[in-house]
Amino acid sequence: MNATRPRDEFLRTLAGRYTGQLVVSVYTTCFEWMAIRPDALNYVAVGAMGQAGSHALGLALGQPDQEVWVLDGDGSLLMNLGSLVTLAGAKPKNLTHFVFQNGSYEANGRASLPVAHAIDFAAMARAAGIADAHQISEPEALDHWLLHRGPATGPALVDLRVLSSATSYPQRYDYIHSAEARDTFRAALKALPHTGARA
Amino acid sequence: MTHLTPTQALHGSAIIQALKQARVEFVLSVPDICTSEGLLRPIANDPDLRLVRVCKEDEGVSVCAALSFCAKRSVLLMQQTGLMDSANALRAIAVDYRNPVCMMIGLLGKEPDVPPQQSARYGVRIITPMLDVLGIRHLVMSSDADIPSCMQAIDEAYERSQPLAILFGRNPQ
Repeated sequence: MNATRPRDEFLRTLAGRYTGQLVVSVYTTCFEWMAIRPDALNYVAVGAMGQAGSHALGLALGQPDQEVWVLDGDGSLLMNLGSLVTLAGAKPKNLTHFVFQNGSYEANGRASLPVAHAIDFAAMARAAGIADAHQISEPEALDHWLLHRGPATGPALVDLRVLSSATSYPQRYDYIHSAEARDTFRAALKALPHTGARA
Repeated sequence: MTHLTPTQALHGSAIIQALKQARVEFVLSVPDICTSEGLLRPIANDPDLRLVRVCKEDEGVSVCAALSFCAKRSVLLMQQTGLMDSANALRAIAVDYRNPVCMMIGLLGKEPDVPPQQSARYGVRIITPMLDVLGIRHLVMSSDADIPSCMQAIDEAYERSQPLAILFGRNPQ
């Protein structure tokens, strides 16, 4: 399954099906998502590569009635592959992990991953215990999956094959690391129904 | 067999009771031989605490941070080796981002009646200086008498939105 389409086409597809999910996103994918779907419920403060899925798990456990999306990168997920096993063990039904696979460490100069061939993250997820795992290479197929997916019985992972290309979106590092970003998310989350006060 | 006086003993059951009183709902953990029998096992069997087993300690740093946004309190139970492995996540997510990540840390190899910084073990001796460099507040829990001050520190960590490290002075029983 080869990549033929850029990442932002998939992000626009997700934006078209967005219904109020908490969205945890990583670096370059985050910059594109913030431009395509700006929202106070964007959780941008992941802090380090490999951590997005874990932040999302915390949100999914803390807000079990709220759906959570992770917009991760392949290089990032590879830094904490064990997090898939953690996710399988915790079994949140409200978490979907999208992995944008472009074969490079994009935020670090687009250097290649250790292998040149595509990695089967869906197979890795299934091996970790996440049964609801898929490979998709066309935005239209992603749209179809989003529209027709049944009730979740556990976490899901979607391995998205995307072209490796330089992003043209603003790279807002100062914002994603800012107190303003965290305060904005915290206030938006607190305003949702069923959310209590600060811990 | 060494018999501890009541003032020297550290009981897992007392820690668990205090954690609940401190409104802790979630425990994240990578097993640690110092605490697995006296604390982790009873936590796993306690219906009032949600134990989330993570594969690597830095995952727990992020889970704890995200839970705090949801108004949920948690602690990360691990060994000092996991603390060292999580240094970058702690630097960014706990310290830079000012999140109340509360850690309870077993010190493998620590002598029970010796302060961590005076341990003969290099791997124990470096822990409090490392926490100082990171800018993370730390306390030692050596007996049941230390539990209230440690729980107060958890309260303060959440009130001030800052990380905390509680180091076990001896293995809970």
